[in-house]
Amino acid sequence: MARMPVQFRLNGSDRAVFVEPAETLLGTIRRGLGDFAPKFGCGQGTCGVCTVLVDGEPRLGCLTLSVTCEGRSIETASGLADGPTLHPLQAAFMEHFAAQCGFCTPGMLMAAKALLDRNPDPTRVEVVEAIAGNICRCTGYEPIINAILAAAQQRGARRA
Amino acid sequence: MLEFRKDLFADERDDNLNVIGKGEQRQDMLGHVTGRTRFFDDHGFDGLLHLKVVRSPHHHARIRSIDVSAAERAPGVKRVIRAQDVPVNKNTLLSLIGFGKDDEPTLAVDKVRYKGEPIVAIIADSDAEAMAAVKLVRVSYDPLPTVFDVQEALKPGAVVVNETYPGNYFEYHDKYDHQKLRFGDVEAAFRSADHVLEERYQMSPIEHASTETNGTIAAPETNNRYVVHSCAQGLFFSLGTTAKILALESNRLHFIGGTVGGGFGGKVDSLTEPLAVLGAMLTGRPVRYVLGREEEMQFGSPRGAERHVIKDGVMRDGRIVARQITSYFDAGAYTRLTSYGVVKCVAHMPGPYTIPNVRGDAYCVFTNRVPATAMRGFGVTGVDFSIEVQMDKLAHLVGIDPMEFRILNAYRDGDMKAHRRVAHNTALIECVQVAAQKVNWPLSETARRASSLSGGGGPRATIPPTVTDEGGRIGRPETRQAPPRLTPGAGASLPAYQPQPAIPVHQPPPAHQPVAPLPSYPSQPATAAPLPAPAPPVPAPPAAPQHGAARFSSVFTRRR
Ligand code: FES
Ligand code: FES
Repeated sequence: MARMPVQFRLNGSDRAVFVEPAETLLGTIRRGLGDFAPKFGCGQGTCGVCTVLVDGEPRLGCLTLSVTCEGRSIETASGLADGPTLHPLQAAFMEHFAAQCGFCTPGMLMAAKALLDRNPDPTRVEVVEAIAGNICRCTGYEPIINAILAAAQQRGARRA
Repeated sequence: MLEFRKDLFADERDDNLNVIGKGEQRQDMLGHVTGRTRFFDDHGFDGLLHLKVVRSPHHHARIRSIDVSAAERAPGVKRVIRAQDVPVNKNTLLSLIGFGKDDEPTLAVDKVRYKGEPIVAIIADSDAEAMAAVKLVRVSYDPLPTVFDVQEALKPGAVVVNETYPGNYFEYHDKYDHQKLRFGDVEAAFRSADHVLEERYQMSPIEHASTETNGTIAAPETNNRYVVHSCAQGLFFSLGTTAKILALESNRLHFIGGTVGGGFGGKVDSLTEPLAVLGAMLTGRPVRYVLGREEEMQFGSPRGAERHVIKDGVMRDGRIVARQITSYFDAGAYTRLTSYGVVKCVAHMPGPYTIPNVRGDAYCVFTNRVPATAMRGFGVTGVDFSIEVQMDKLAHLVGIDPMEFRILNAYRDGDMKAHRRVAHNTALIECVQVAAQKVNWPLSETARRASSLSGGGGPRATIPPTVTDEGGRIGRPETRQAPPRLTPGAGASLPAYQPQPAIPVHQPPPAHQPVAPLPSYPSQPATAAPLPAPAPPVPAPPAAPQHGAARFSSVFTRRR
């Protein structure tokens, strides 16, 4: 089938790429553009390791068709840090041991970023809801929840 | 003789191995949070091809014919791999250490033995094209009768699953149908016991379900080598397996890995490495073979099912005098690692208890299920679970508190284990004491004073006269004697088994409810004590060693 051109912003840079009509955003980001931060875990929308932000909203890369992303702004965990300076969520994940194998981490971070961007001061329950679609098989969710809450707190402190 | 006991606790050492108890940043964490950690699939290759396999829809069937002509002509297909393309199409994982016979093909030849068994591999330009071509392969089968129950599989006349092992059991030392443990005379002890309790425990298979599925990318490299990005938990194990199956010198394989997206035992079977490398050899291009989630869940090897039948003889005062365990491990259709799990299981009979008469039998059984593999303590977790549930039932039966019941029967330093090894560094009593204390579980004075370091050995170090089976097999004669220092006079008329000072029997059985906290043990630091300021590790005073629960609670008090 004919490949189609798509343009979008990926972590702040304009990218143009040819995609198959049925190609997923996850496939395009990983194999098409070489950003391997979002992962493949199921391809069925059940695990969340493919989570990226599309115009600030968390989206499952494995269930999003690339052709629907024309003109949008995509963020992945590769774009979280500001040069050598870690995003507060990244620092908090390190500090709170919120990863073991690290396979779920890029997706968790993006789900958490979407939450904090629209709700800088979430409750524990809101954090739990925000990552409810992200499976972690190693770490257990408590350190992850604690890390996200700590990042929110730290950002709040910085703003104040 | 190695002494590990003290070395476990960082704050009791006078050297600088003092990392335990402090936060220490992991070296791979920065990669994880920045998305820069490279898992096997996070490698870009130009001209990457994708491999998918045709799997058996039957649990057990003879393959009559395989027609790949339509698949070969399908769009994007670069290569179809058949069983005859695999150089050494029969392997068993532990052959690398000379354990067991080759019993599993990489691609099925004339028969499939479990649902999901790979038969043909298709390599195409894209995943989608490979999957489309998989559907075009025509395999015709003669379905065969199946067997799914371990005890059914062992019956004479049962369907033969795996012709390498026609009895449906793994053959230990090429002749024994199971692993055996014999110590004392269980039958006589059952006759003299006040109560006998027999229970059956059944474990289900468990899928590891790591977030990253199994997979490999293999690509031709310089000097006629292949680079292999692998998810394997045992990278060199997988390298050796791949080299054997492909009849390659191992120095032609350049395995890169060790970064595993969750394994838990589910990534030790080399499910994808051999075919991916073979694909790269046959096409001269990079080949990626990754299991989909459905494949992983249905056909990725699980922790196997286990069945344990435990029969215990117990006295009214709480002493267990006989334990008989019969264990059946469901290996699925091929051995993989189950044969080894069974050996571990037998090593864990009869649990951390000193029981004077023990009989254990464990079978590694073949059925038409997905082959089982390693998973977190496999071989041990199932039997330990069963034993501990059994301990609760026994405690209830004799009306003794379950914690005290464990302390009463716990092994102690110097005791003879059923395997004819003297117990060293035992710590069950202290573990139970600490656990009881943590949940404010009342223990009697006797139980609180009990120690792994006293009361063991002596008559408990002897090996009882052991009933032999028909073949006279109970272990080699030279292992029937305990070390002389522990059993002077072993082999002469054996002294009667002497239990520990009896723990008072509670009548009626106490309600197992947490009650008010007990006063702390005299020698023990209060658990709620604040963290001590960072101080150099204090060497343990040699003259006054801290034993018992106090030594363990030091771990807890330091935790954040
Ligand atoms: S890979 Fe997208 S949800 Fe699992
Ligand atoms: S750290 Fe392994 S899945 Fe979350």
